[in-house]
Amino acid sequence: MIIPRVPVQHRRLLPDRRLSGPTPWVIAILMTLTLLAAAAGIGLARSAGAIGDAIAGRVTVQIVTANPVTRAEQAAALRRAAAAQPYVRTARAVEQAELLATLGQWFGGEDGDDPVLKSLPLPALIDVDFVGGERAGQLDRLRALVAETAPGARIIPHAEWLGPVARLIRSLAWVAGGLVVLMILASAAVVIMTARAALGTHYATIEMLHLIGATDRQIARLFQRRIAIDTAYGIALGSAVAAAILLLIGWQWSRVTAGLAATASLGAAGWALLLALPLLAIALAALTARQTLLAALKKIL
Amino acid sequence: MVEFDSVGLRYGPDGEILSDISFNLQPGSFYFLTGPSGAGKTSLLKMLYLAQRPSRGIVRLFGEDLVAMPRQRLPGFRRRIGVVFQDFRLIPHLSARDNIALPLRIAGVSEEDLSGPVGEMLSWIGLSERADARPATLSGGEQQRVAIARAVIARPQLLVADEPTGNVDPEMAMRLLGLFEALNRLGTTVVVATHDIHLISRIDNAQMMRLEKGRLADPTGALRYPPNRA
Repeated sequence: MIIPRVPVQHRRLLPDRRLSGPTPWVIAILMTLTLLAAAAGIGLARSAGAIGDAIAGRVTVQIVTANPVTRAEQAAALRRAAAAQPYVRTARAVEQAELLATLGQWFGGEDGDDPVLKSLPLPALIDVDFVGGERAGQLDRLRALVAETAPGARIIPHAEWLGPVARLIRSLAWVAGGLVVLMILASAAVVIMTARAALGTHYATIEMLHLIGATDRQIARLFQRRIAIDTAYGIALGSAVAAAILLLIGWQWSRVTAGLAATASLGAAGWALLLALPLLAIALAALTARQTLLAALKKIL
Repeated sequence: MVEFDSVGLRYGPDGEILSDISFNLQPGSFYFLTGPSGAGKTSLLKMLYLAQRPSRGIVRLFGEDLVAMPRQRLPGFRRRIGVVFQDFRLIPHLSARDNIALPLRIAGVSEEDLSGPVGEMLSWIGLSERADARPATLSGGEQQRVAIARAVIARPQLLVADEPTGNVDPEMAMRLLGLFEALNRLGTTVVVATHDIHLISRIDNAQMMRLEKGRLADPTGALRYPPNRA
């Protein structure tokens, strides 16, 4: 049991001074930081995963043939030929309107009616997604197909330019995970110090309880209950603050739809983990307190 | 009931505080432990109420060797011993009633079953009216009576008292001694450490244990080999 059951009359053996010490507040701060770090780690890990999945098997073929008619014919032929390959999941021709809209963000005419934008010689782009398998071999076969169907076209594997970004995001996720571990260790240290301080403060009572025949377990349960409740208050407070911050960030994040930022989310499993963390923290605090108390009591005859 | 054989006690690397202590305490007897300050009375009592293990020798309590006994078995033995301290050692945030009830609660007696004995005990020590008072609001004599009630409520087989009358006036000292005597008549073995010669003379058949410089005076061997066991 996380918070041990102790009869009311036994609870009175310790003076009722709940929330009087710094422990609940320190635990609240640590819990807030732990949850925020965990949320950042989960979001980053999912983002890195999403980018990895997106780029791992995707290439873009850029056909730069000067003649627009030939270019269009090559693009259509390549799309059909690629789609027929067993190692290709999808082959999609990027619409000219989509290209114009993308470039319009820089040229100032997002609806594509800018005369300068319209005059640009835009390449034909084919996005190819491979099925799972050996990438190098798939790429070699696609190169051969491109050389045959659209000579001079360039093949751009997405992993080449987005890979470092995904690796950076993954590293940041690990850093966030490390921070979570460090803050959990700090929380455990706070509980250990609290347990030792409680034993020091109530040494006379403990000595008397020992002399009238109380067992270590009876005494430890008294303190374990008190520490677990104080810690639970801190964890609840810290969790509430972290939840408010995360909901605010989530609301703001929901308006971000472009680029890498749009790939970051917590997902159902992430939220479940965040909800489980406070409960795990209470259990860890109770266990730490119990072990600390029993170890300290063993030193007293 | 209690057997000490060649017991020695030292704290740290210095010499022994108690040396070659040997005695047998008979069930239902009354003992006074005397000696000058620093003779080792409190250290001897600590070994009696299992707050201290000896450095050497054999201590047998209720027929069992306590020196080699695992620590987790000690609480069961402590519940058979009542202890009264000179400084009372009442738990300050508990009422007189709760202080007295403590040994029974620790032993797992239900609230229903302990209310009767606690009420009787409060009446026995004359503090029924002050049952809900905290120790800080009680006089020295009242606190000592509560401490005695706490020590005896579980009907211990052995009662150990360390200078129980040191902080009370002579009249109260005699009343407290009367409580010990009454308990002794019910079969409890009583060991009282005291400097008070007048107190010693008030109990018939009480035996004297005198400590000097860490050694127990036993010129006739009566403490080590009591007449009815020799």
